[in-house]
Amino acid sequence: MAGNLVNTLADLKEDEALKIVKDRLNAGEEPLKILEDARKGMEIVGKRFADSEYFIPDLVYSGEILKAVTELVKPKMTQAAKSKKLGKVVFGTVAGDIHDIGKDIVVFMLDVNGFEVIDLGVDVPVQKFVDKIKESGAPVVGLSGFLTLAFDSMKQTIEAINAAGLRDKVKVMIGGGQMSEEIKKYTGADAYGKDAMAGVSLAKKWIGA
Amino acid sequence: MERKWEELSPDERQEALFQRWLSPKDHEGNDLKFKSPKAEKAYKERVTRFKDAIQLKKLPDRVPVLPIVGFFYTFFAGFTPKEVMYDYEKAVSAARKYVLELEPDVHMGAIGPGPGKFFDILDYKLYAWPGHGVSPNSTYQCLEKEYMKADEYDALIQDPSNFYCNIYLPRIFGALQAFTAPSLTNVLEIFGLAFNFIPYGLPPVQAAYKALMEAGNEALKWAMAMGAFNEEIAAAGFPAAAVGMAKAPYDTLGDTLRGTRGLMVDIYRQPDKVLKALEVLTPIMINTGAGAAKGAGLPLVFIPLHKGADGFLSDEQFKTFYWPTLRKLLMGLIDEGCIPFLFVEGSYNTRLKVIRDVPKGKTLWSFDTTDMAKAKEMLGDVACIGGNVPIDLLAVGTPEQVKDYTKKLIDTCGKGGGYLMANGVALDEAKPENVKAMIDATKKYGVYK
Repeated sequence: MAGNLVNTLADLKEDEALKIVKDRLNAGEEPLKILEDARKGMEIVGKRFADSEYFIPDLVYSGEILKAVTELVKPKMTQAAKSKKLGKVVFGTVAGDIHDIGKDIVVFMLDVNGFEVIDLGVDVPVQKFVDKIKESGAPVVGLSGFLTLAFDSMKQTIEAINAAGLRDKVKVMIGGGQMSEEIKKYTGADAYGKDAMAGVSLAKKWIGA
Repeated sequence: MERKWEELSPDERQEALFQRWLSPKDHEGNDLKFKSPKAEKAYKERVTRFKDAIQLKKLPDRVPVLPIVGFFYTFFAGFTPKEVMYDYEKAVSAARKYVLELEPDVHMGAIGPGPGKFFDILDYKLYAWPGHGVSPNSTYQCLEKEYMKADEYDALIQDPSNFYCNIYLPRIFGALQAFTAPSLTNVLEIFGLAFNFIPYGLPPVQAAYKALMEAGNEALKWAMAMGAFNEEIAAAGFPAAAVGMAKAPYDTLGDTLRGTRGLMVDIYRQPDKVLKALEVLTPIMINTGAGAAKGAGLPLVFIPLHKGADGFLSDEQFKTFYWPTLRKLLMGLIDEGCIPFLFVEGSYNTRLKVIRDVPKGKTLWSFDTTDMAKAKEMLGDVACIGGNVPIDLLAVGTPEQVKDYTKKLIDTCGKGGGYLMANGVALDEAKPENVKAMIDATKKYGVYK
């Protein structure tokens, strides 16, 4: 059998990983099994990032490799991939702020740690958060922001969640740029996460995973 | 007899630039007339305070304070970011109110917001600005994209000017989409000469040039207002910090050409091309920064650092891709007598050992969330450091908390000089009373005896 896809992907060996995927597809292997290995590889990437063995470029590159793997596998798929998720998290960069790098890192880490992340993107209007929480029933909300204007946007978002009668149904974490415990208090959030790993721990704690 | 710039040593050049900062000229090139002898004395004391803090030769009279304001004065004066971008008098009056009321040692002028109409004329794509992609109450924000594609390294490396003119500028300025500046290196001699100029006769190209001329008129109008303000406020005793800017070549490539993700993938897929491109960009960055500093007679060159922060690269990647050309940039600027003023966003705890490899007393490092005690320990003998007053504290804390924080910073890092008080990242929506507390506490507790 060809080399181990899990480790090759975890070690960020793009060419090798893609070759393994092609060989396995050619050998008629079930696409879902290949994707499952890729997912395991990404899990290791996430772990190495959490352990400071990997840094942001490594995460970004692993995402690129995964994208290429998925592109190879997708045309051969006969059934949709279904993996059991720990729980839902609604996530987005708050209104007025269009920064996405930090948000994407946390979304990535939540995803590889088994959460179903509903990523609303950047500059997310207050009402959109409220609507998505209602619609999805997600118990955890992540608010990301980089600029000082995000302090007030976060505050307003949490106030709106409150006004919609949802505040006791969700836990809210904030993070990014210049967020801190001080800002947590200011916005009325439940917790401030210093980095992506803190975000994952919070989600795990709150969802009971 | 005055010696030519080329004949001066880097130290003499630095001294010459400091002298120009100490003895400013008015817009006609004459010695600036100060409002009063007191204003003149205050001006010179302020510049000297900076000079002493930076050079590490003499203990300054006290820790200098330079708030990095962003859009702070806009909010302080009750304007929206949109108002100050479109009404230059409002930008000036807001900056004036801030400088005269809060009295920082050195200020950043009124140039931060920039001329809105100028961006409109060119249809600038790289940023969203108030009323143009973000709300009138928001500050401008970068729209990161791959303005340079992954397969365009060779084009950039072979002829950066041509790449900028014909490929990059048409992408970042909507009004310059037809701005295919014909390569005038094709000009040989009389035979066939005219062929090279045909593009200038085509209506879309002519429209692009018309937009350039209009943009130039607007830029000039804005610059006159900004220059007049600097002159007026200098006459009142307040020196401007810098108008020159440069960027670490890696940031230039990552921020505005390839984008964060693009460049991060490139360092894996095509590392050699990345390294070559960084080399090509380095002298361009040196000339950009030194040219502006020498033109304005202000030695500081502002260099915001972005993508080399802790976590953004591994140690190895930092030493391979980020630091070598940043160091070349610093050395190139120092050689021209300039003071690189590094505005280090994020944290730099793992980089301190590497960046201490700079000549003594020639650089200024303003940190954001870096451990300041560690920074003082690692860099204190080679460079002036500063920064770190947190924006969250300035935005939602109390003046008392800010005062305590400022005092603690002076206690930790002020010893022996080589220290500058500044906030970590741009102030934008800080509470005025907190900014005042930071400035006043520096004046109170930062005095060297």
